[in-house]
Amino acid sequence: MLLARLSQDEVTGRFVGRAHWHPLEVLFWVGAFATIWLFPGKHLILTEIAWLALFALSLDLILGYAGIVSLGHAAFFGFGAYTAALLAKHEIVNEPALALVVAGLAASALGFVSSFLVLRGTDLTRIMVTLGVAFVLREIANQNGWLTGGADGLQGVTMQPILGLYRFDMFGHNGYVYCLVVLFILFLLARRIVNSPFGLSLQSIKNNPLRAAAIGVNVNARLIAIYTIAAGYAGIAGGLLAQTQAFASLAYFDFERSADLLLVLVIGGAGYLYGGLIGAIVFKFMHDYLAVLTPQYWPFWIGLLLVVLVLVGRERITSWTAPFRRLADRLDWRRARPPGASAEGRQR
Amino acid sequence: MTIVLETRNLEKRFGGIIATGNVSLSIEKGARHALIGPNGAGKTTIINLLTGVLPPTSGTILLEDKDITGLSTHARVRLGLARTFQINQLFPDLSPLQTLGLAVSERLGYGHDWWRVTGSKPAVMAEVVDLLERFHLGDVMEDPTAQLPYGKQRLLEIAVAIACRPRVLLLDEPAAGVPEGEREDILAAVAALPSDVTVLLIEHDMDLVFSFADRISVLVNGRLFVEGRPEEVAQDPRVKAVYLGEEAHA
Ligand SMILES: Nc1ncnc2c1ncn2[C@@H]1O[C@H](COP(=O)(O)OP(=O)(O)OP(=O)(O)O)[C@@H](O)[C@H]1O
Ligand SMILES: [Mg+2]
Repeated sequence: MLLARLSQDEVTGRFVGRAHWHPLEVLFWVGAFATIWLFPGKHLILTEIAWLALFALSLDLILGYAGIVSLGHAAFFGFGAYTAALLAKHEIVNEPALALVVAGLAASALGFVSSFLVLRGTDLTRIMVTLGVAFVLREIANQNGWLTGGADGLQGVTMQPILGLYRFDMFGHNGYVYCLVVLFILFLLARRIVNSPFGLSLQSIKNNPLRAAAIGVNVNARLIAIYTIAAGYAGIAGGLLAQTQAFASLAYFDFERSADLLLVLVIGGAGYLYGGLIGAIVFKFMHDYLAVLTPQYWPFWIGLLLVVLVLVGRERITSWTAPFRRLADRLDWRRARPPGASAEGRQR
Repeated sequence: MTIVLETRNLEKRFGGIIATGNVSLSIEKGARHALIGPNGAGKTTIINLLTGVLPPTSGTILLEDKDITGLSTHARVRLGLARTFQINQLFPDLSPLQTLGLAVSERLGYGHDWWRVTGSKPAVMAEVVDLLERFHLGDVMEDPTAQLPYGKQRLLEIAVAIACRPRVLLLDEPAAGVPEGEREDILAAVAALPSDVTVLLIEHDMDLVFSFADRISVLVNGRLFVEGRPEEVAQDPRVKAVYLGEEAHA
């Protein structure tokens, strides 16, 4: 028998192929940007979807990839929102895009500090700790009314035009384009991150931290890094909300916001980046239409959906979409394996 | 001979149990050293202490004369100390390709690269391909590890340790639980380990131990009991007593 050898090019192709753009992804983003022209009357709700999608993307980075459960992700969302609103109100940073960057960095700093609390412990202790951090921040904002406006929220914020050119108009057109562009840029960055060795190491930690350490992965450093990055994403999502509303409120820190976020990610499926985006779309539209149709039954429908999803997902609620993703892979000719050809049987 | 790995008065207590009692062990460079002993003797505990999975109650661990007692697990891996686990510790959702790709990337210092795609470095892929071939994982390289046959998982367990290019490799019962038909591959993989790698092998299968080891330490109740060349240990009446005693219990 001839010695069968694996071809390095082919193996590399298999590996790197996972990072290639899937046709459905291209379709998704073409569709997303097409809404700018197709649904001008829906830009207000689409704006909400865009920042919620970014917020859910942030949770996906820590939960779907690194396996850190959080029920207090609103801490960073609220912190970013207040930072952006305060920067505008006190005319510290007038240009919104720049202020958004600052808000993201501020939330990242907070994420870095609080990351040390989630390094160790079980899912349960992490849930408690993240919940606690959000409560504490909300109370700090509540107590410092001179700065935050307390329970009335931060009023009197005037937004300057984006890049000095585009005003936040009352129909939300420019605001939506702004949110969508920010979402897209940060999505591209997240996509790079998860396809990198760093991203793979996060998945390895989620799978088995003991083994990850045993192959030389500095588990704590990686968790701190992704928690810091994700906090920045959440802060930017909050900043987008504050900027498009010209307002910030204590409700941004609420437990319900963190819990809804988890629901959004469960609806869309965690661990493949699009879950948060799809979940945000489904969640907002369900909320909109079901709430109009049967206002008092909205929690009922959400509850029912949750139960169904968990039943379908069975083993892990975060991966109920896996069969569809495999189907999508099979529809993509570039990823399909040639029939009957096992890798080992071939030669260079 | 140079000593690469050494413990001095190593001790580990779990509450009242002394799992490791005053163990001073020296492993020579390039050795094929076996650590044997009855169930619960404390063999795995020693590996956990050596690799930093558990902190010792007291004592010192030296790797190439450097005190590594306080170092974290990943830092010890960087210094060239890798292990396999008695019970598989793999990444169930990741494929062998990803597992090995990650291990090699980490070792070559690309682990915190968050920009380039994993596998885009030819140096990494050359090693990964080599490992896939050597450990017969090519045909399952893209399957999630959880779906691999047990024997393949066991091979991956060794392959991923080798991917760390260890100078000292600790093997904790590599063939444990592997069905007869798949044993051959594992034994061949163990036999084919590069000769410059120092190996500490824990194993219950005496045929494997005596065909592999050039030095044997016997551990009983957490303490080093007998140490010597295989033929010395085989002749030692105390060792026979321990093993016969165990068989009598069974
Ligand atoms: N984390 C732990 N907590 C408490 N006791 C432990 C722990 N780990 C091991 N032990 C105890 O220490 C002793 C040695 O266990 P160890 O697993 O090291 O034995 P072993 O020699 O590897 O046995 P085997 O051949 O069955 O694998 C046992 O009595 C065990 O119950
Ligand atoms: Mg053991």
